[in-house]
Amino acid sequence: MQDKLYNYLLMLGDNSMILGHRLSELCGHGPSLETDIALTNMSLDLFGQVRSYFQYAAKLKAGDATEDSIAFLRTERNHHNALLVEQPNEDFAHVITRQYFFDQYHLLLLEQLCESKDEQINAIAHKSIKEVKYHHRFSKTWMKRLAQGTRVSHEKMQAAVTSLYPYTEELTKANAVENEMFNQGIGADLASIKSVYYEEVDGLLSNIGLQKPEEGFFYKGGKEGIHTEHFGFILSDFQYMQRTYPNMTW
Amino acid sequence: MKNEWPLYEVFIRSKNGLEHRHVGSLHASDAEMAIENARDVYTRRQEGVSIWVVPSSEITASNPENFGELFEPAEDKVYRHPTFYDLPHELKHI
Repeated sequence: MQDKLYNYLLMLGDNSMILGHRLSELCGHGPSLETDIALTNMSLDLFGQVRSYFQYAAKLKAGDATEDSIAFLRTERNHHNALLVEQPNEDFAHVITRQYFFDQYHLLLLEQLCESKDEQINAIAHKSIKEVKYHHRFSKTWMKRLAQGTRVSHEKMQAAVTSLYPYTEELTKANAVENEMFNQGIGADLASIKSVYYEEVDGLLSNIGLQKPEEGFFYKGGKEGIHTEHFGFILSDFQYMQRTYPNMTW
Repeated sequence: MKNEWPLYEVFIRSKNGLEHRHVGSLHASDAEMAIENARDVYTRRQEGVSIWVVPSSEITASNPENFGELFEPAEDKVYRHPTFYDLPHELKHI
């Protein structure tokens, strides 16, 4: 039971951590000063959430585990984020689409976690949901703006949706840990999230004139530690300092 | 940049009961984006509880060349300052 909860915290934390890292890569590279700051703010929000999850996870693990050891010393197969959040910052359209696909899920997830029987998760969800409501508002308005902006922005958005939509299903497909946590009253009910999620996402896409891919093909594996080829690069960047100078601190 | 977004002036109210004050300007494609950008750029350290944005093009400004006729005549009229009154201590923000 403790092990399942620990793994559940890693899944929650890793989604925020890897997406936060992807957004941090844009610091100083955003398309305008204002969007640069917006994306960096969101990255910091996500890292704040990661700290809460991993501090709690470290307490459960006992021993030498700390939030830092959990964040910086795990290998690729021990990361449980969904594949969507590790996809690269191809262009601003990809950044926004990835963000919206995740934010819509994140918002529905946190709404349920606000009812969690686990006090810590419940408290983290209450704090995080305010941040995520803003992320969702930001990414959703940008989805509309770019899809209905110019011919070029529309084409770029369509390309981003075509390439990222196949990563969405994994978010709402419960694995063994998530099922167990839901049964315990700790975790969210992903089946109910899934129907609202696709109502929202598909509804928005058709409202703003974007097509979802017809194939109905979806990728999965991230939650079980099977990642895309981008992940090794993320880790080598993310863990560089701790691997090169073990136990270094600020 | 040729196709730059229009400029907006940003006004922030730092506390309820106080007035909105001009804090700076930013670029945005529309008013909604201007509000979001202002939130991200100007309120990330709890600077505000309310935001106004106004397209800079909608502001009519006085011309610096007219400084003499507009502002100099007030220079020697100290009696217009309320410095001859004792203000009660309870009054703030004046």
